[in-house]
Amino acid sequence: MLVNYRLLRILLIVLLTSVAWIALTSTTAIGIRESRSCTDQKTADGLAAWQQIYSVLTSPRCINCHTATSYPQQGDDRHRHFANVVRGPTGKGVPGLNCASCHQEQNADSAGAPGGHNWHLAPLSMRWQDVNDQPLSSALVCRALIDRAKNNNLDAAALLKHNESEPLVMWAWNPGRRPDGSIRTLPPLSHAQFVAATRTWVKAGTPCP
Amino acid sequence: MATYQLNVNGQRRQVNVDPSTPLLWVLREELKMTGTKYGCGISACGACTVHVAGIAARSCVLPVSLIGDRSIVTIEAIGQDPVGQAVQEAWVEKDVVQCGYCQSGQIMTAVALLKATPKPTDNNIEESMGGNLCRCATYVRIREAIKSASQQLK
Repeated sequence: MLVNYRLLRILLIVLLTSVAWIALTSTTAIGIRESRSCTDQKTADGLAAWQQIYSVLTSPRCINCHTATSYPQQGDDRHRHFANVVRGPTGKGVPGLNCASCHQEQNADSAGAPGGHNWHLAPLSMRWQDVNDQPLSSALVCRALIDRAKNNNLDAAALLKHNESEPLVMWAWNPGRRPDGSIRTLPPLSHAQFVAATRTWVKAGTPCP
Repeated sequence: MATYQLNVNGQRRQVNVDPSTPLLWVLREELKMTGTKYGCGISACGACTVHVAGIAARSCVLPVSLIGDRSIVTIEAIGQDPVGQAVQEAWVEKDVVQCGYCQSGQIMTAVALLKATPKPTDNNIEESMGGNLCRCATYVRIREAIKSASQQLK
């Protein structure tokens, strides 16, 4: 009788332990699945946001000064800048033909000359086109943008701030008038949408395609 | 109309003009300084080049309202500068000028080049002077004169 009671107690302990173990592992698995699903969604949102950002970066107002060549571009057709303007050693032209020779701190709408603070070409490390003036792929631009060896050592937070408030970035949404008086084409998103997309991308961990 | 106090060739000059008036026309029409020339009006030829805060600037696309307190130097005063004097002497020595219309802009750009790059290479000269057009095609003599001025500035 005593033996049977002991056996019953052992069986009961084993049973309870098994049930507890099954319940615990099931909960953990669900948690991991939910967590993975949440991460996947965040990455997907980030990638979608990146595509929006890419559409802005490769619009003429931005990419015209992110060339891979020795000269800037201009116009919606992204033709070579007139007057034999060249990049120069620091992206600001050369003595006698600096960017600042024509581009002032703000747009000169009466003359059709665009302007903004510290007007200059992006460094070659931030080129978003190839040497044939074709835009680089979304993946290549994304990887360049998050490479701190190429992007002036900007971390994700600094990239967001750059897109929020850098004067030449802001200029794209206030590009002024062409010499014929018409207003230059704007990027495909508003600045607020661009910043919101950047924020989503940054929160997702700056994923790249 | 608005009133502007400009520092032109070291002198304070007051003008009352529309804010969008290009510096070129302030110089030529208001201050009667006609050494700076009108060429294209869209900053494509360099005939209107002056120095603004030491930088060669295309005065035809520079609204007077954006100049602020930056100093302006024109062809009328560039000879008072040692580099400007050397360039002007070299221009005479090499007999650069043909019709002469573009030459004030050429000289102002050449001075800006030599101030930043006292010993320019042919490539430096081509890049810096590449935006200054000359219908008489005096480009070879311009290059020689810049090199000659560079030698004088040793």
